[in-house]
Amino acid sequence: MKILVCISDVPDTTTKIKFTNENKELDKTGIQWVINPWDELALTRALELKESSGGEIESITVINVGSAASEPTIRKALAMGADNAIRVDIEPKESYFVAYQLAEAIKPREFDIILAGLDSADYNGASVGGMLAELLDMASVSAVSALNIEEGKVLVNREIEGGTQKLEVKTPFIAVVQKGIAIEPRIPAMRGIMMARTKPLEVVEPSNANCLTENLVYELPQPKGACRIFKEEDIKELVEVLHKEAKSI
Amino acid sequence: MTLLVYTENREGKFKKATFELLSYAQELAKNINTEIVALSIGDVSPDELNKLGNYGAKKVFSVKDEKLDLLDNKIYTAVIADILEKENAKIIIFPDNLSGRALAPRLSAKLKAGLVSGVVDIPSSYDPFIIKNKVFTGKAYASVKVTSDIKILTLSQNSFGIKDPSSDTPQIEDIKPDISCIDSNLKLLSVDMVTGKLLLTDAERVVSGGRGMRSPENWNLIEELAELLGAATACTRPVSDEGWRPHDEHVGQTGKIIAPELYIACGISGAIQHVGGISSSKVIVAINKDPDAPIFEVADYGILGDFKNVLPELTKAIKETKGS
Ligand SMILES: Cc1cc2nc3c(=O)[nH]c(=O)nc-3n(C[C@H](O)[C@H](O)[C@H](O)COP(=O)(O)OP(=O)(O)OC[C@H]3O[C@@H](n4cnc5c(N)ncnc54)[C@H](O)[C@@H]3O)c2cc1C
Repeated sequence: MKILVCISDVPDTTTKIKFTNENKELDKTGIQWVINPWDELALTRALELKESSGGEIESITVINVGSAASEPTIRKALAMGADNAIRVDIEPKESYFVAYQLAEAIKPREFDIILAGLDSADYNGASVGGMLAELLDMASVSAVSALNIEEGKVLVNREIEGGTQKLEVKTPFIAVVQKGIAIEPRIPAMRGIMMARTKPLEVVEPSNANCLTENLVYELPQPKGACRIFKEEDIKELVEVLHKEAKSI
Repeated sequence: MTLLVYTENREGKFKKATFELLSYAQELAKNINTEIVALSIGDVSPDELNKLGNYGAKKVFSVKDEKLDLLDNKIYTAVIADILEKENAKIIIFPDNLSGRALAPRLSAKLKAGLVSGVVDIPSSYDPFIIKNKVFTGKAYASVKVTSDIKILTLSQNSFGIKDPSSDTPQIEDIKPDISCIDSNLKLLSVDMVTGKLLLTDAERVVSGGRGMRSPENWNLIEELAELLGAATACTRPVSDEGWRPHDEHVGQTGKIIAPELYIACGISGAIQHVGGISSSKVIVAINKDPDAPIFEVADYGILGDFKNVLPELTKAIKETKGS
């Protein structure tokens, strides 16, 4: 069985987002780029499965759409334990464009399970995984919070509104993963970092893809008015305000 | 040309988010002079379907088929695409929740229709089509131009509100979809539904606790207040990681993103990853003993003090206000 994990590199979650060029572009100065937290957890789970599968899982590949600037992120994924990597050599534009590039790069290869993060913490709005599934005409299971392989069967937990379903899924399929898939992301060990340098990273040419959307301009949320602070003795007054002014209780 | 709204029901009843979606669609339909068609999948009574007309749907397609009970994204997408084509719909609106996120991207790729997820406003222009959505997990907004003929939107919950219902009834059409030839890769083994608990994503009010609550035993104070307010309970990530609270209560960038009318944050420092998940709440009240806690930067109201005193006092004061 072969597993593919889609990874995007995104600003670290602590980043204060700022824009430049008349708010048309993200201000990248000082941004620490990391593997999208969901993708990192997806990869962690894939590695756990490979280690416990007794050889059933042959390999774990990671794929990224990005310029050479995203190679440190890819190397980190290799250092965590992925066996090889593919980079589609183009700056990601919007989600359909990215999904299309991924689909074209994946088509000539075979994978049994493809993992994508629920939400890419940037512009993409949780959509690449589902789009990719449609472009590859594959089954997709979204909001996957657990992934197990038992006696050759692939079992997943999927969140639905108000509950969780346990499903058996026939491969190949795409799982869009979310909270629960793994708890702590794997930290690369020194040995992993050394080995990552020589693991195969294949760079493939981009395909001709259209964009369906274009981000024209960005804005930050309106700054909130100052917080009105009440002391413990004045709780009654706050409740009055919440009741009469804010009308929230 | 029409505008299609994807509706959602739980056990045959439409959710509030559905009425918000329709209210939102009314505004768009008015601006481009078109009609709203609603799509309902599953077993819903005619009375309940009529409600969709009260919120602006002229026509309702009610789709029923056992095969759809499996919630296979691929089959759902095929069904929706069929209806879209039949109705010549150019705009389709989903809720920005689990179902919307599962279906909208597939549909987008199938139809080569531009998708804007998490929209927070009506379009600022229709030709070209430009609309605002949340990006960077709620830390910013983008104005997005959609260049394709068909447009797909997912609407952020609680970003628009619900209009007063009319007494209009819709035309209802039952549909038996032709999906016998699509095989599913999924086999349902078991389902575990949360019962008797107000769901976080449905709640208008939320009372949330952080590590400052010290231990799970202290959550009775949170639960008491929540019950009084008809609120759901939530927590920060370390709290669910510690196992003090169930994982489905974790809000923030890596948990649930919510936008209730009222969010009460107790013993929560206000880390940027947490705030990303709650910043669209209408009113935020923070309870913290540290005057420099960053949560006060995003809160509208704050109580400076120890939760052990504040929570019982707050509960008491609200009880009195409600009683009077
Ligand atoms: C990749 C990544 C993703 C993350 N995603 C999320 C996420 O989705 N959601 C999330 O919540 N966190 C997330 N975090 C964690 C986040 O960075 C913070 O660590 C976390 O939100 C802090 O939780 P807290 O506010 O409960 O605890 P703390 O930061 O420890 O704050 C406790 C607060 O309680 C106050 N307090 C203490 N005692 C009392 C008392 N007696 N009465 C009143 N107040 C008191 C303190 O003054 C303090 O402000 C993420 C972190 C990373 C690295």
